[in-house]
Amino acid sequence: MASNSIAPGGTYLSHKNAPVLPPPKQKDAWWERLRRSFFGTPLSAFLTLLSSGLILWLTPDLLRFVLFDAVWNAPDGEACRVPGAGACWAFVWHKLPYFIFGSYPEHERWRVVVTLVLGALLLAWLLWPQKMGKHPDKPFAAALLFLVYPLVALVLLLGAPIFGLPMVDTDLWGGIFLSLVVAGVGIVVSMPLGIILALGRRSSLPVIALASTSFIEFVRGVPMITVLFMANFMLPLFLPETVHIDRLSRPLVGVALFASAYMAEVVRGGLQAVPKGQYEGSAALGFTTWQSLRLVILPQAIVHVIPGIVNTFIGLFKDTTLVAIVGIFDFLRTVETARLDPVWAGPTISATGYLFAALFYGTICFGMSRYSIGIERRLAERKKGRVA
Amino acid sequence: MLKSLIVAVLIGFSLMAGASAGTLDVVKGRGFLNCGSNPGLAGFGLPDDKGEWHGFDIDFCRAVAAAIFDDPTKVKFLPLSSKDRFTALQSGEIDLLSRNTSWTLSREVGQGFLFTGITYYDGQGFMVHRKLNVSSALELSGASICVQQGTTTELNLADFFRSNNLPYEPVTFATGDEALKAYETGRCDALTTDASGLYAQRAKLTNPADHVVLPEIISKEPLGPLVRQGDDQWFNLVRWVNFAMVNAEEDGVNSKNLEEKTKSESPEIKRLLGFEGNFGEGLGLTRDWIYRIIKHVGNYGEVFDRNLGDGSKLKIKRGINSLWTKGGLHYAPPVR
Repeated sequence: MASNSIAPGGTYLSHKNAPVLPPPKQKDAWWERLRRSFFGTPLSAFLTLLSSGLILWLTPDLLRFVLFDAVWNAPDGEACRVPGAGACWAFVWHKLPYFIFGSYPEHERWRVVVTLVLGALLLAWLLWPQKMGKHPDKPFAAALLFLVYPLVALVLLLGAPIFGLPMVDTDLWGGIFLSLVVAGVGIVVSMPLGIILALGRRSSLPVIALASTSFIEFVRGVPMITVLFMANFMLPLFLPETVHIDRLSRPLVGVALFASAYMAEVVRGGLQAVPKGQYEGSAALGFTTWQSLRLVILPQAIVHVIPGIVNTFIGLFKDTTLVAIVGIFDFLRTVETARLDPVWAGPTISATGYLFAALFYGTICFGMSRYSIGIERRLAERKKGRVA
Repeated sequence: MLKSLIVAVLIGFSLMAGASAGTLDVVKGRGFLNCGSNPGLAGFGLPDDKGEWHGFDIDFCRAVAAAIFDDPTKVKFLPLSSKDRFTALQSGEIDLLSRNTSWTLSREVGQGFLFTGITYYDGQGFMVHRKLNVSSALELSGASICVQQGTTTELNLADFFRSNNLPYEPVTFATGDEALKAYETGRCDALTTDASGLYAQRAKLTNPADHVVLPEIISKEPLGPLVRQGDDQWFNLVRWVNFAMVNAEEDGVNSKNLEEKTKSESPEIKRLLGFEGNFGEGLGLTRDWIYRIIKHVGNYGEVFDRNLGDGSKLKIKRGINSLWTKGGLHYAPPVR
């Protein structure tokens, strides 16, 4: 026992390194791991039983309603009114053009389709993950999407008699396409405007800082419904009778300003997370303020707050339903009115309509959130690569 | 899309000449009528599959547009909730509100509106299952009745049964749809709400034909279009569009026999269609204003039938909404 000794103070001391052992074998079978994650403690066992009970209790009815007893094909609501009938998907199918286009004139609807497809293609181009080291064509895509596309979309949707496209007044716009227009305008305007406001709020020039701060605080302090309501019903009180501002552009401006104020605060959070050394470093390298912002500060600031930005976008997309209160037929509103149609009205119609709406909003918001997670992961990998 | 926004706002700024003109001149200058409508009420105002508006209240706006522009499509509908409708009219956002609104004293005196007339005599009614074999609300003694809580409907119900000394059991629900569901599942014997609403609710039932709306109307809900106070010319115009449609029905003039009736020798019809006298110009319209209304929209009976009556899914009976000559309440002053 020469290798061991009693150290002063009575502690046991080994003079040899412990032998290096291979890691213990994963001896747990898969069911063992499952057991540990679901029944590890009494509480988790209880929760597992509770939730699986809930699922078992709800699923058959849900499946029955959504799939097995659903009416897939019917000329009118007759078949859906039969006792025990499930979701009336025939109703959704029949009303789908109305859900998508609202009151947009039937023979002009191709214009909406073209606009949406064009937008989707440009967006896909802009958002497609770019390979490292490839020459970036994203600035070009961004310019197309943010500068050229809005004009094209405006001409297509609103019409231009010069190009042989009859005017379609905005009071005929509606449905999914209108929801996308409202959300699109909000997202596209709020990003640059939000950055400008955030920079303005941190500006050392008191006038700019004060103006930005008061704008942000004012907009955030007022409920969106109030702004929309003021814009659409109260504004005419203050304007001469003969001045008429388009009924859709008013809420569009409202939504865009609103989103900008929230975006500004998100971006400001990102700016504050950038260490002071980055500012000083870029100044020491001889960057002008603008260069340092564009090349050093903003790229880091924005990356910090991607979850917050996407969060704002998702919130904005769902908030578009609020425009319904000022008489604009967004997607949800079209569902609400379609279910009242006496041709279809029935016990299951409302549920079917809302289910469809939930599916639509859920899919889009889930898509946005997955995309943002994807970006975050890619950025994290890139950062890791750079560090290593 | 920042640019599109700016452009949209600029396009929206369509400035028009003339300051503080009468409503009719503003409407004529604008080229279309702004009409406040219901965002969705079966039979009264609802967009169809193509998104085009149809309904009883909608057709009234179309009739006004037809009288002014000879074109029933020159009207923009602004769907309004029951809370926003008055603000929109007050602010001038709409020229006319045609949205199943009950004519009451406080709405005229307190809020500065004028109802131009009654287009639909509504009121609270009862719906029962056909197999109950009940033909009058007075036979509902001891019945359980589904009603939406917190509305005047609940109050009217209590008044009716108390004044008739009948026992009853109210079953209240937060929403109309819940009340309907309870009625359908047999939780109560009868369902009560405004009669027009009863017919719309009936259409949602599994077997609409198994249910009947009883003839008794226990409250007064006179529905009609309204305008802002202070513009008598506009008020007159809107009021007489309604009268013209009722008179046309009384004189048997409808959109199908219109051409034939232009040859009629009846002095009443001659005046109605603008061949005698010059009544349209007094309203700021043309001589043939009623001709235009009938041609594009039809007379009162046609509008009723198409949207609410037998020509529709609702199958509402004319009842008190018949002409006075047929035992109803619609009575229009003559065009002369």
